[in-house]
Amino acid sequence: MAARTLYEKIWDAHVVREEPGQPTLIYIDRHLIHEGTSPQAFAGLKAAGRKVRRPELTFAAMDHSVSTKNRLLPVLDADARGQFEALERNCAETGVHLFDMNSKNQGIVHVIGPELGITQPGQTIVCGDSHTSTHGAFGALAFGIGTSEIEHVLATQCLTQFKSKTMKVEITGKRPHGVTAKDIILAVIGKIGIAGGNGHVFEYTGEAVRGLSMEGRMTMCNMSIEGGARAGMVAPDETTFKYMEGRPFVPRGREFQAAVDFWQTLPSDTGAVYDDTLTLHARDLAPMVTWGTNPGMVTQVSDRVPDPASFSDPVDREAATRALVYMDLKPGTAMEDISLDRVFIGSCTNSRLEDLRAAAKVVEGRHVAKSLKQALVVPGSRVVKAEAEAEGLDKVFVAAGFEWRDAGCSMCIGMNDDVLLSGERSASTSNRNFEGRQGKGGRTHLVSPVMAAAAAIEGHFVDIRKWNNVDGVE
Amino acid sequence: MEPFIKHTGVVAPLDRVNVDTDQMVPKQFLKLQTRQGYGRVLFYDWRYLPGEKPNPEFVLNAPRYKGASVIVARANFGCGSSREHAPWAILDYGFRAILAPSYADIFYNNCFKNGILPVTLSNEQIDELFARTEKREGYRVTVDLEHQVVTDDQGLRYSFEVDPFRRDCLLKGLDDIGLTLVHEPRISSFEAKYLKHPAMYEAVDVKHHSDSPQSARHN
Repeated sequence: MAARTLYEKIWDAHVVREEPGQPTLIYIDRHLIHEGTSPQAFAGLKAAGRKVRRPELTFAAMDHSVSTKNRLLPVLDADARGQFEALERNCAETGVHLFDMNSKNQGIVHVIGPELGITQPGQTIVCGDSHTSTHGAFGALAFGIGTSEIEHVLATQCLTQFKSKTMKVEITGKRPHGVTAKDIILAVIGKIGIAGGNGHVFEYTGEAVRGLSMEGRMTMCNMSIEGGARAGMVAPDETTFKYMEGRPFVPRGREFQAAVDFWQTLPSDTGAVYDDTLTLHARDLAPMVTWGTNPGMVTQVSDRVPDPASFSDPVDREAATRALVYMDLKPGTAMEDISLDRVFIGSCTNSRLEDLRAAAKVVEGRHVAKSLKQALVVPGSRVVKAEAEAEGLDKVFVAAGFEWRDAGCSMCIGMNDDVLLSGERSASTSNRNFEGRQGKGGRTHLVSPVMAAAAAIEGHFVDIRKWNNVDGVE
Repeated sequence: MEPFIKHTGVVAPLDRVNVDTDQMVPKQFLKLQTRQGYGRVLFYDWRYLPGEKPNPEFVLNAPRYKGASVIVARANFGCGSSREHAPWAILDYGFRAILAPSYADIFYNNCFKNGILPVTLSNEQIDELFARTEKREGYRVTVDLEHQVVTDDQGLRYSFEVDPFRRDCLLKGLDDIGLTLVHEPRISSFEAKYLKHPAMYEAVDVKHHSDSPQSARHN
């Protein structure tokens, strides 16, 4: 058989029906749902008199609109409450397992899937959420779908899909001090632009990627969609297997060994051909900060806000001009001179234990700047929260002036009451800096957890590489 | 789903690159449970000033584009979030077709599930459509899916490519799920073989992995 990529191997193993000139019917191993995009799918199913075909393969969580304050208080937002109740009802009626807002395992669907071992190498995983690409870190084919497709998966456990192109994204060499997985993926997006990956699945390779923990790989894969790719993947290796072993939904003993044997067959074959290749050298990378209104509008922290006149393409120039007006930034301003109103550490991109540990090391023994209105830490799941508390990280954050919250999507999307007010500026470890993303009129700068933590201390961006006494840089 | 065969309508220009789905339907409207009624909130933050007063600066609020049913847009239209609320809002507002140089993958796919035709044209063709839209009030085009061509009454004629399967589904307004369920025997036989895969399914047993506090490993 010809040499195949990781993507092709997973695709081939899931083909249910293939006919020339038609999209392929592929089988879906894991289906994750949340309160935001699933109610219409269940309603559609019911209206058509259809059943959930394999309820045990769908897992539900409440994450988008949950309060990160006191979960035991009534939900005052009637629309959000309606969605929570609908999810509860839909799961109860169909037999789908639900991690509700009071579950000990509740959290952002892209944090709990891997954490509980629901996510496994070689699987096809879908969810009505574009950041489903996160799960590709395990060597799974994972991508976001719309509500019509959620309904399709519920009814058939399959999806009709067109095969994507593949892009090998190679990061050579070792990461320099202060450069995290977040900085690598922001640099990739800055290089190819936010549409650079359209029609493609990324496979991240190279020494710098191999050297990342599962958390770091998840951060990279999470933001594949921000580069236009529906999915991003990393071939499973010892780091993956070690992470998997002992998690609740992962097989044990002999079955685990059989699983590892299978997982070891997944990496792309030598000589496998990709449609495109991008190579970045880790030594050229630096901590990144976005300056505009999409994740591709990004630069190194030591750099300055670009002048729109420097863009050769008139469309890009116009977009940069608009972005700077929205962001209220002047060309030539040093990134380190940008002052902040709020800092958010959280989201499916950067809210895992490793992220919180790194941020805590930066803030330990320091205090957030007086000029800051709020500094927020929102663990990605209640398991992360419990583990962080067991290590005393909550105390470190609180002593430094941060608020320590319960798990959820929170200020990444602002569907609960964690929002930016109009005109406010944030340093955020989330994934999107679109206009109004964190609150209407809010201005978002995307950064890594250590960069967000340092920015909270100083009240403006700082180059974390200058903080030599901080070893919390992964 | 309403079939799309041929549609003639007034063109509205949205001259911005990378229009993301957060702009099409901001987050506060993602808490509803319906597929209808999002037309009112389409491009909410751009379209309205405080108090839901129409923002005169926003192009769709211009009287000349009232009743428009075709959007001409720029590259990477519909990027970002997978929210299907975006095409629901576009459809509910009254748009049936989009003309742009490129689309984000998930949004593109979602359009076809909702009877909206996203037409891909070259940058030059899109530039020309913007020019014609601006030049003549009430400028209309006909988007003909059957013959895969966009035309106007001034001799413009742009042919376009679309996947034959997607075209067929849209022309007939077919229900995707119904189409897949025709292949039920194939799904069942696939499952019968696949479920024996040692690495895939033994792990899933919710009964044995109850929602206990220590269910994730400490590391």
